[in-house]
Amino acid sequence: MRSFQYSRPSSLTAAAGEMGGLLAQDPDAPAAYLAGGTTLLDLMKLDVARPERVIDLSALRGELGHVHPGATELRLGAFARMAEVAAHPGVIADYPVIAQSLALAASAQLRNMASLGGNVLQRTRCSYFRDPSWAACNKRTPGSGCAALGGVNRAHAVLGTSEHCIATYPGDFAQALLALDATLVLAGPQGSRTLPFGSLHQLPAATPHRETTLLPGELITEFVIPARAWTRRSLYLKVRDRESYEFAVASAAVALDLDGDVVREARIALGGVATIPWRAHGAEDALRGLTLTETLAWTAAENAFAAARPQTHNAFKIDLGQAALMRALLQAASLEIRP
Amino acid sequence: MTGPLFPQGGPNMGQPAPRYEGRAKVTGEARYPSDVRLPRTAHACLHLSRIGRGTIRGFDLTAARAVHGVIDILTHETVGDAIRQTPAIYQGGYTSDSLLPLGSAEIAHWGQPIAMVVAETYEAAREAAQRIVVTTAPHPSPAVDINAPGAETRALEPMMVQAGDFDAAYAAGPIRIDARYTTPAQHQNPMELFATQCVWEGDRLTVHEPSQYVNSVKFGLAEQLGVPADNIRVISTHVGGAFGAKGFLTQRTALVAIAARRLGRPVKLVATREQGFTVSGYRAETRQHVQLAATRDGRLTALRHEGWELTSRADTVAMGGASMTTRLYACPNILGRVNTVAADRSTPGFMRAPGEVPYGFALETALDELADRLGMDPVELRRVNDTQTEPVGGLPYTSRSLMRCFDVAAATFGWSGRSPRPGSMREGDWLIGWGCASAYYPAQAGNSAARVRLTADGTAHVASAGHELGQGMTTMMAQVAAEELGVPLERVTVSLGDSDLPPAVVNGGSAGTASVASAIMIACDAIRARLGVPRDAPYAALRAAVAASGLAFVEELGEARAHGRSPESLPDMYRGRALPLGGVELPDRVQFAMGAQFVELRIHRWTREIRVRRAVGAFAAGRIINPRTSHSQLLGGMIWGIGSALHEHTDIDQRNAAYTNANLADYLVPVHADISEIQAILVSEEDRLVNQAGVKGVGEIGVVGVAAAISNAVFHATGRRLRDLPIKLEHLL
Repeated sequence: MRSFQYSRPSSLTAAAGEMGGLLAQDPDAPAAYLAGGTTLLDLMKLDVARPERVIDLSALRGELGHVHPGATELRLGAFARMAEVAAHPGVIADYPVIAQSLALAASAQLRNMASLGGNVLQRTRCSYFRDPSWAACNKRTPGSGCAALGGVNRAHAVLGTSEHCIATYPGDFAQALLALDATLVLAGPQGSRTLPFGSLHQLPAATPHRETTLLPGELITEFVIPARAWTRRSLYLKVRDRESYEFAVASAAVALDLDGDVVREARIALGGVATIPWRAHGAEDALRGLTLTETLAWTAAENAFAAARPQTHNAFKIDLGQAALMRALLQAASLEIRP
Repeated sequence: MTGPLFPQGGPNMGQPAPRYEGRAKVTGEARYPSDVRLPRTAHACLHLSRIGRGTIRGFDLTAARAVHGVIDILTHETVGDAIRQTPAIYQGGYTSDSLLPLGSAEIAHWGQPIAMVVAETYEAAREAAQRIVVTTAPHPSPAVDINAPGAETRALEPMMVQAGDFDAAYAAGPIRIDARYTTPAQHQNPMELFATQCVWEGDRLTVHEPSQYVNSVKFGLAEQLGVPADNIRVISTHVGGAFGAKGFLTQRTALVAIAARRLGRPVKLVATREQGFTVSGYRAETRQHVQLAATRDGRLTALRHEGWELTSRADTVAMGGASMTTRLYACPNILGRVNTVAADRSTPGFMRAPGEVPYGFALETALDELADRLGMDPVELRRVNDTQTEPVGGLPYTSRSLMRCFDVAAATFGWSGRSPRPGSMREGDWLIGWGCASAYYPAQAGNSAARVRLTADGTAHVASAGHELGQGMTTMMAQVAAEELGVPLERVTVSLGDSDLPPAVVNGGSAGTASVASAIMIACDAIRARLGVPRDAPYAALRAAVAASGLAFVEELGEARAHGRSPESLPDMYRGRALPLGGVELPDRVQFAMGAQFVELRIHRWTREIRVRRAVGAFAAGRIINPRTSHSQLLGGMIWGIGSALHEHTDIDQRNAAYTNANLADYLVPVHADISEIQAILVSEEDRLVNQAGVKGVGEIGVVGVAAAISNAVFHATGRRLRDLPIKLEHLL
């Protein structure tokens, strides 16, 4: 880890102001916000992240650490801990996919530290990104190439890839937010704004180093998740190589609004298989208005992976991702929802 | 889990005494070698090669030297001839591989140490190590693994095992199995990292390093540095897990020693988790070929087991597991062969049950294939081929309780409730699979010494350079002395893990307890003889005898010679050459601990996650001195077996043999949630032949056979026979 300067502003205004000041001097200032630290510190130790200025946001937990499940929407402060949200009875009852995606992520220690805002911004687990001795990584060094293309890539993405990057988006919570059409509240040197969660992450395309649409110095302050007809019939299915403390090989966040066996509305987001949190609109369309059967679930699952492109070691993720989605859909349909 | 956490003793079992050092460990008082604080310590950090095989063209150390606090940077250009080339253990020396530390510009493999920074702080050393710039010329096509085109295969003729006429018998076999298996590279990853501290006082060197064999470090370092061995002391009081990775002298120790000598101050190195993947040895990948022929009633008529094991270019290292798998079952026609495949990798080493895990997986899976072909219960197949006589040389087993283990484990598991047809057991969307396999491990011992002192106040002290790896060596030493002398356990103290103490065997090969306990027993016999106190005399009589002697204390040295070692070999232990011997290596008999492993797993019908639901193992290993610590060893082994079958796999990049998952986030081991109900049963067994203590050892047998039991259970659940480890969900989609 390289030496850095550290500050701990006492409010959101002060933090944004401090970052704004640095960026005004140098638009490419090597400065980073620090929230729970579970991604940034890790990457600094690996010499991947090399900030010279670290702005610690832990004082913001007081003003932005809330968990408010309401009748019409769930509001989550960006500095709420993963563990607090996962264990909140109101979230478990009325927004189950949110609680499950958080409970199934990481380890108890990490869930006790990691903030929600940091969680959705976590960086990929690609081995070649995380080891700077590999010169070729377009995420780390734009234009340098992609070592993962010819390397060990079982864990890599099959959806949303480009010839420049195949790194998987590793998180779980983001899929739940995407499926439930969440909105982000952002703050930064230029002021506040809202952003649909689905517009946060950017496909790698030719610019894998640009992972989000956040403006320089901007940070997430709040998540707003609307309560809709399908919110309570929702779940997160995570398939992984061991029972706990492991990233998804494939996952599915699904939410269904059923009329008997007929799908009125479906929301599907896939994890572990794509470069960004992946909304499967085609699969949702394939379900809408039809009776949910095993066959229909397969059709939707095939649709979700129609554009998949396998690498050397991860072709199985297409079959697995389809199986996971199908299993999640049937499981969601069988949930008993109290009135 | 129901019932007590550990057995409460039984025939030929001692008391389940709590760990001697348990409180110190859980309160943080126990000082591991890297916890020892030495004044004015400088901190070292290694820089490892980031290319595969190749050549160093030059270093740019400008940025590294500019880091505040950097004192010294060692490279092949600055070390010169400070370290001598010495033979590795495989050539009768002490080092775990043959590469000379920072010996030249040649890079043999990815992850080879090529520089070491010494700085005022660990942080500065690490930052500087990251800032070293190396110009290299990589070899265009290094051989990265056992299947690489450039890897060199060599048959190891001395490891060939032959009985009868395999070819003819196989050709004539009514039922035949012919199958190939593979096992992956795996790394021990002991929780405690590879640490070394060196401090010179004049021409005397003290080394604090976690070790399974302090005397290999002492005598090897003496050779490497050209220093008299008497001037070197190696201390390793607590070891935070070793599993073979801390068995012998690695390259790092000499580097830290010469850095400390150059600076005239103590130097401390703690290799990072990632560096640990190439700083020491590992379980190399294997390919295996098994051919079996049997009569229709299941009697083996021909058995062939051939293995190919990856090794480095520098060292021909083979675990040679076929020498054991060919001696487990009655069979008149046998062929066993072992080959090495040399590639551009670091030298492999010993990892818990090094030959038994991979070779046991192949043979015990092949037997399950045979049982399936015969329509025979796999337990009955083992029974039909059980023997008290080793089939190659016709030698007797000192004792063998394989079928008792099977019967106990099968009854506990409820094996009779198994529906044999694959895929026939289900629960909702989950396919259920039951599988079993034999476990075995050679009973071994090495020459060892122990000193026991009985003091007039009625306390006793036991000292031997054995090692506390977490397995319970300290507790065992106290228990044996307490029992032999009749002194209450709480009045016995123990010293170990120090090369100044009477030498003991390398704590490997499950030989530690058997060897050191035997030496303690001899010392205690001598004390009682000297005092004229009969065995089983009351404690008061023992104390009275010491008082009557007029001495402040009575002290005796016990030297135990392992069966099969010559009297002339005894002094070798005073030169760091006490290696285990036993198993199939003896001229007059064979010695094995035996066990049976049963596993139930479930596999989701769609997404194919494989989860072990319960495991039952039963093991007979001669005398059990401490059922609590033995049980813990066996449980740990069984859990590791689950990992070895389903999780553990070192990923190798095909371009440069880089390990791409060299950390504990990506190198998967089972977590708590992967382990549900698990039971290790100690089966009573008495073996008066095996060694003075009657101990066979339980350090490794717990891991053996689990992978086969799992692969057999996967077959039972799905009808799919998977012969390549680890078994992952994609193999079942």
